[in-house]
Order: sequence, then structure tokens, then C-alpha cells
Amino acid sequence: MYTEQIQAYRDKLQCNFPQIEECFEDYVKDCLRNLSNQGIEHYLSGASLICMIGRGWEPVMIYLEEMPAIAHRLGEPVLKMVSQCVWDMSRTPNGNAIPPFMQCLPEATRRLGTLEQVQRFIAIIFDMMEKTTGSIHGFHTTIPSPGLTELLNHSPYLLNQLSLEGLKNWIDYGVRNYNNHPERQQDYFSLQSADSKAMLQRERHGTLYMDNERQLEMYLRSMWEDEAYFVPYSPGFDELRKPVPYYDHLGIRVPDVYDDFNGVSGLNRYRITIAHIAAHRKWTTAIIADNFSPFQRLAIEHLEDSRVEYLMLQAWPGLRKYLLALHPKPVEGACDTEKESCVRHRLAMLSRAILDKNHGYSNPLILDFVERFYQAVEKAGSSTKEMADIAVLFTARSRLQSDQSPHIRFEDTMVDYRDDNRHMWMFIEEGDEEEAFDDKRETDIEEHELDGLPPRHYAEWDYATQTHKPDWVSLYESIHPSASAATIDAILDKHKDLAKQLKRILDMLKPQQFVRVRYQEEGSELDLDVAIRSLIDYKCGAQPDPRINMSHKHDGRDIAVMLLLDLSASLKDIPPGATQSILQLSQEAVSLLAWTIEQLGDKFAIAGFHSDTRHNVRYYHFKGYSEHFDDTVKARLAAMDAAYSTRMGAAIRHASHYLENQSADKKLMLILTDGEPADIDVDDDQYLISDTKKALDEISSNGIASYCISLDKKADDYIQDIFGPGGYSVIDNIEKLPEKLPLLFTALTS
Amino acid sequence: MTDIEQYKITEQPFYAEQEDEIALYEAAYAARLPVMIKGPTGCGKSRFIEHMAWKLGKPIITVACNEDMTASDLVGRYLLDANGTRWLDGPLTVAARIGAICYLDEIVEARQDTTVVIHPLTDHRRQLPLDKKGELVNAHPDFQLVISYNPGYQSLMKDLKQSTKQRFSALDFDYPQPQVETEIVAREADIDTDMAEKLVKIAHAARNLKGHGLDEGISTRLLVYAATLINKGIETKAACRMALVRPITDDADIRSTLDHAIDSIFG
Repeated sequence: MYTEQIQAYRDKLQCNFPQIEECFEDYVKDCLRNLSNQGIEHYLSGASLICMIGRGWEPVMIYLEEMPAIAHRLGEPVLKMVSQCVWDMSRTPNGNAIPPFMQCLPEATRRLGTLEQVQRFIAIIFDMMEKTTGSIHGFHTTIPSPGLTELLNHSPYLLNQLSLEGLKNWIDYGVRNYNNHPERQQDYFSLQSADSKAMLQRERHGTLYMDNERQLEMYLRSMWEDEAYFVPYSPGFDELRKPVPYYDHLGIRVPDVYDDFNGVSGLNRYRITIAHIAAHRKWTTAIIADNFSPFQRLAIEHLEDSRVEYLMLQAWPGLRKYLLALHPKPVEGACDTEKESCVRHRLAMLSRAILDKNHGYSNPLILDFVERFYQAVEKAGSSTKEMADIAVLFTARSRLQSDQSPHIRFEDTMVDYRDDNRHMWMFIEEGDEEEAFDDKRETDIEEHELDGLPPRHYAEWDYATQTHKPDWVSLYESIHPSASAATIDAILDKHKDLAKQLKRILDMLKPQQFVRVRYQEEGSELDLDVAIRSLIDYKCGAQPDPRINMSHKHDGRDIAVMLLLDLSASLKDIPPGATQSILQLSQEAVSLLAWTIEQLGDKFAIAGFHSDTRHNVRYYHFKGYSEHFDDTVKARLAAMDAAYSTRMGAAIRHASHYLENQSADKKLMLILTDGEPADIDVDDDQYLISDTKKALDEISSNGIASYCISLDKKADDYIQDIFGPGGYSVIDNIEKLPEKLPLLFTALTS
Repeated sequence: MTDIEQYKITEQPFYAEQEDEIALYEAAYAARLPVMIKGPTGCGKSRFIEHMAWKLGKPIITVACNEDMTASDLVGRYLLDANGTRWLDGPLTVAARIGAICYLDEIVEARQDTTVVIHPLTDHRRQLPLDKKGELVNAHPDFQLVISYNPGYQSLMKDLKQSTKQRFSALDFDYPQPQVETEIVAREADIDTDMAEKLVKIAHAARNLKGHGLDEGISTRLLVYAATLINKGIETKAACRMALVRPITDDADIRSTLDHAIDSIFG
């Protein structure tokens, strides 16, 4: 059956699946072309090893089929490495993943290109496999990795989108967050879940829209005196038909990522796309589309694009180099008019020729129309209408029989910074159908009034990866419900002795607006007492004190304070030895503090928060900066209630954005809490603690100081980690809270 | 006595009229009405006053106001000398005595209680009481008070009192029209109009960002600086970055946007 030589090789392959016999000869021939003798030895022994794992003929066939090409590309050591990996994989419960593993190798080789890279890729896959393979009683690994097969199936796409580094980060994220949740793990690795896609976006190579949003808005505003919403879309998930930029009344759609291309950076590609759209917005007037054929419209769009670009380059000549780099350069004669439709090719050539003086085309029709185009635009920039006339003429002159062919040549005709020009057409009739007069009925979509505001999303810090989890927490804010304001008045009345004492302290704190600074060498006025003393010294021959002037300076209090209350369920506890619950004591303390600050006249707001998992963090307003401590505010304080848990980071981030908007020299966030940050969907204590710490770091970089008043006697374990030394006080004797809080505040701010 | 000549302007300062402000100012001066000049920084306020002083042939005394300035810095104070104390007139008093135009530049920088001392000079009394010296100075018939005021970066803290504002007639200044600005830049820095026109375009790109990250756009003065650097042989883009972009912002996004604008203009 085989020739002698091939039979010799066949003998070395210890594998008896009948399926192999059919193709073995071809495989060996392939090998002989691609591999050395040594390589063939390794190849056959590798295949024998894979045959021995007992997973049927499929893995062996894939190995035999794919490896020669892979080894040819990466070098022969890969043969041994792959067979060993497959062997290792078969020793785990993940045998089912072997065929997908083998199948993803050719694509990985093509993408990664070197042996080292492929080795790293395989190491990443094995690392993921080890971490996700489950075990019972922590003894034997027995449960196959739920996500591995999905990961391998998607790896060609992933490698296309991510660098190896990015892939590793993306996989690590999935492993870390969904290791105990097989279904979610599968969703993540099959790119079904939302955060899987979000993570993918974040790890992608190229220039992300999100990173440059502000700059692009500025670009539009500064160079084009225009403003618009930008709506990013993702070209990553639509393989068949790539979306293109466009704009309508809802905003400008741009891709969410641009790779560098032909020497133009991603950021500049964004700018060019926006410049093109801005030019349309500035110079294009919509025309009626109904009387033009599709080809005519295509031509009109091309010429109009060229026209706005011409005008754009008149204003900003420096952009030409980018346009030249980004605009495709169709090769004259590349399109075979016998076999394919050259409509697009022709128009792209025309467009290139208009843009590029050194186009080198010789087609007389193209040259003629370039001439016509320039004649038109050099007269005051021309108009969309005039372009339409030229385009119709061009379509008529250049028409060919083959234009109708379904094989349209697309190569080198896509100008990716141009939008789809939907804005330049007005349609009189909606469609061609005669019966279309039966217009669709207006369907009334009942719009539900939302309760409260839509959620705000905040990122959360993951200390394990040292990254933010994007949009992780949903925070709902609302005004706290009210009860009777008289309750608070009663509290204030109860503490009126304390209030009197506080009042004395406050009088000393009251700002003195204008202070005299004496003993100044240079000042605004002569300080006569000192001056005369100096003069006497001078006349007596002694050295006079030259500091004889005085000046004035302002000494105002300019503080904005945000008091953030933890309203978690534990507040309802009654501490040992006390008669009131922590909630009641807090209420009293906050009332007194509010009264104190109102007396001082500082800017002051009160808010409370609690959380029920990351999907529902509640943020309540008690008092806003513009409100006084009046009955409305008191009524809200009176209704203060406690429930759920303490997810502090999001509340701090949210409260800080109110505080940031205050104009004050000093900004202080006071946090009153009775325990460490915790929530029921978080197992790791350290996680929310480190997130809170991160949130405080963030606000302190925005110039907001924070101070925590903790009622947790055991707070010493964690509180210094969060607030740092000197950033907190622990109040052991909770009953003293109403007294301590205002004093603490005055001490902090005096 | 004070030397009047030192306050006179001998050479004609170049000034390109934007609208009819020269005629308006002349009318205000004829009636000795106090004038307030409003406008963004570097748009030519001070140059205009200098030009007018030259045109009218009057001395001009300029005071750059600052936060530490007190009433005695304007009016005058007692100084020590070997024999005791000696009174020294402040610039405002000098101007009132010799009949100069007193120009208080960036008046909002001074504290509100300081600016109150100008009140008696700005209404029908035209007097300046020196209470410490026990003297009442009657203003010279040629004396006029002019203040400049930049509403652009006024914070809540820095504003004029209503009682101060309502003593002045006001002229609103803005950056000149592109053609005029081009002419100014070309003339001041002695460069060709084509280059000046491009510089003005960059300035307009930056001025569009005012309120969106920039407190003030690129001023005419900065354009002249850039043009001067170009004239000295500095490479165009480098000169623009140095004179136009770096001074006005530390915001990386704005820098990059403006650098791109420069790149787009000069290719």
C-alpha cells in the first residue's frame, strides 16, 4: 500500500486508528517538505504520544495535519512541546478540551509568530486550566474547568483583539471573579457576559475612545466651533458588516477604538474622522435623494466627501498628510472590468486623485473630472448641488456593462475616516411600495416616571489586581423621607446645657474677618507706637527696630463640610450599658452637630448611605448645601432609619462630587460609622477596606480632607489602614457621642 | 515738584482701532468722565490708554493693582527720615495734583475697601481728602481716572462694588476682528500677513475652548510674542508651542488639542 520509505515512517508511528491510513501519505509528504529528519522523528513520536492518551483518533489527526506547518513556522522544538502539553492536559480532567486546544494552535501560531510567544500563550492557557479545575475536598482535581473549552474556542478572536498581556489580564479577571461560579465562568469565557466584554474593551490594543473623550470634544470645539454628543460604537463584535462612523440628531458615532494605521496615531485617526464629520456639518446641505439612482448617489457622496475635505484642507492645510496616509490608493487597472463591478474602484480613484496631486493616474476620464471638480470648488467652495451635477455626469460617462455585476470590487475603496453620509439625503417618499400610504400607526409607548434619579455607576478598586472594576457599583440617590421635625427640636432641647457650652466655644471660633499684623518691615501703614520707639532708639544712637509698619490680613473661615452617615442595620443595636440605640445616639449627635455648624455658618451637607450588594447602594440626602437647618431638614433627620450593609467606597465617591463643587478653601468629609466596610456579596474583608482606602485617596487628591468618627470599639484593627494615622477617632463611650461630635468638629476646624 | 515730563508718552504707540472707541474716549475725556475699560487679558486695553494719552498729550500714571495694595499705596503715606516723618504722595494724589490720567490696571485685584478711596475723585466733587495729612486735594482740571477690569476670570470674590462700578462710563473690549488682529500681529512683530493670519487662526481655536478647560484664550499679546519669536528665526511650530500653548495651560488634553491645531495649520 505504501512505498517503502513511507512504510518505514508508518512503522514509527505507533497508532492504529484506521482513519489515519487514508491521509498518512499526504502528511508524510508534507513533513518531508517542511521538516528535517530529526524533526520527522519528533513529529512521529509526538503523534504516538498523543495516540496513547486514549482520546480517540481526532487529536492525533489534528496533530498530524497541523504540526508540520506550525513546526515549519516556529521551529521544530514546538513538536515536542505540543505533544507534551497534550499529554499533560490528558492527565487532568480536562480531556475534552484537547481537540479545541489543538485546533486553536494554527491560528495562535499565525498571530503570535514566534516560539516564545506561543510558549507564553500555552502557559497562560495551562495556568487558567489549573486554577479553574475544581477539586472535591481539596484533594484530587476531579471537576473539569468549566470555561476552558469556551476560552479555547474563542482564542482566535481573542488573540486578534488582544495582546498576550491583555489576554492574560482578561483571563485572570475571569478566573478571579468567577472561579466559584461555573455558569458565569462559561458566560465570561464565551464572551457572553457584559463585564467580559467590558474587560475585553479595556484590554484591547489601540487608542480607546474613552481615554480621549475630553480631548476629542475639545478638538471639535476649538478647531471646528461645533459641539455634539459622541456615541462610541464597537466594531469588534460585528464581523460581517463593519459599522462606519455617522452622525444624526442624536450625536456623532465613532468607533470605540482605533489602532495606529500607516503612521497615523489612533488619536489622530479620531481627529480626522471628527474633522470629516465636522466639515460635513459645516458645509454640506442635504439634497433630495429620490431622483437619483443608487450609483448616482454613490458618486455624489464621493464627490461631496472630496469637496468638504477640500474645504477642510483650505482651513487646516496640515491635515493633508494624515488624509494621504489614511485614504486608500487604488491601483489603476487593478479592477478587471470583465469580471467585476468597478464602480467603487473608479470612484475611489477619483477621490484619491482629487486629494493627491501625485496620484499618477492616466485614465482620461478621471483626469477630466478632477479638473472639473477643481474648477467648481475654486469658485467659493461650490455646493452639494453642484457636486451632484458633476457626479451624475461622471456616472453617465463612466458607465460600463459590468457595473451591474454582483461582484463589486471593494479592495482599496473603503475610506475608513469617512462617515456613511446619511445626513446628506432627504427622501420624499419613504419607500417604493404603492401600498405604503397606509402609514404605520403611532404607537404610544407609555413612559414610566422613574422613582428618583437613574443610578450612578462607580468603579470599585480591586486590590488583588490593582485595577478598578469599571462601573461596578450602582448607586441610587434620593431625598430621605420625612417625619416630625418636633423630634429633633426635642433632642436639641434635651441637650440645651450642652448647647450652651458649645455656644461659648463657638463664640471663640467665630471668624475675625480683619486682623492686624504688626511688626512688619514692609506694610501698608506706619505703626506709630513702634515707629516712635524706633525713632527714640535712633536718636539715642541705638540700633532702631526697622519693623515699624503694620498690615492687615483677612482671617476668614471658609470650610465646606460633608457629613456622611453610615445607616447600616447594625445601628439599631443597643450598645451594652446604654439605654439608647446607636441610631438614636447618632441622631442626637448629628442634630447637635448640625446646629453647631449652622451657628458657625459653614457650608454643610448631610447624607446617609447603606447598601444591599453592589447593585443597590442607597444614598440619602438629609441636608444640602443650599438648605438651612430648618424644619424640612429636621423632619428628614427625625425619620433616620437603619438597614442593610456598609459599602462605603461608592458613597464616598458620590458624596465627594458634591463637595468638589463647593468653592471653599478647605473641604472636609466627616464619616460617621459603626463598623468596617462590608457587604453581603463580598467574602473578602480586605476588599472593601482597600476600596474605601482607595476612594479616600482619590478624594484627597481632589483636595478633600476626610475624617472618620468610628463607634466600633474594635475598629483599631482596620481603621488606621483606611484613614491613616490621625484621620479618625474611635468613640468608646457611645453615650457621649452627642457631646463629642460637635466638639470634635470644632477642634478639627479651628 | 513732580516732574510731569516723565509721565508723558513721546512716541506714538501703535493702536488699531476696533470700532469707534477712540471717539468715545475722546468725548469722555472732554467731559472728564471716569472710564472703565473691560476686556480679556492681552486684548489691548493698556495699549489703548497709552495711545489715548499720547493722542491727547497728557501725562499718564499707571498703577498695577494687587491684592496687597492698600489705600495708602494709592493716596500716600508718612515715611520716616532723619528728622521725623515726611509725607509722600501716592500715585493717585500725584495724578490729581499734576492733572494726569491715572490708570488703575486690573482694579479687581485690589481689595474692595481699597478701591473706595477713589470715590470722591470720580463724582462731581473731584476731590481727594488726605485725612492723615489733613489736606483736601482738589483735582487738576486735566485729571481723569481710568480703570481696567477683566471680567473673564472674575471669581465670586473679585468683583467691583456696585457703588464703584456706577461711577464709571465703560468701554467693552474684546480680541480684535481677525483682519484687524492679523494686521496688528503683522505690524507689531514685523512678519508677513500670511503668517499672522495663521497665528490668528490658532488663537481662535484656543478661544473656542474658553470655559471648557481654559479660563482665557490666547491673547493678541501672546500672538505678538509668537510672531516675534518666529521673526527671530525660531522654527514656527516650536515658537507657537512656546508662546501660545505652554503659557496658557497645564492641562495635557488642551495642550495636545492645541498642538494638533498648530500642526494642522502649519502642516
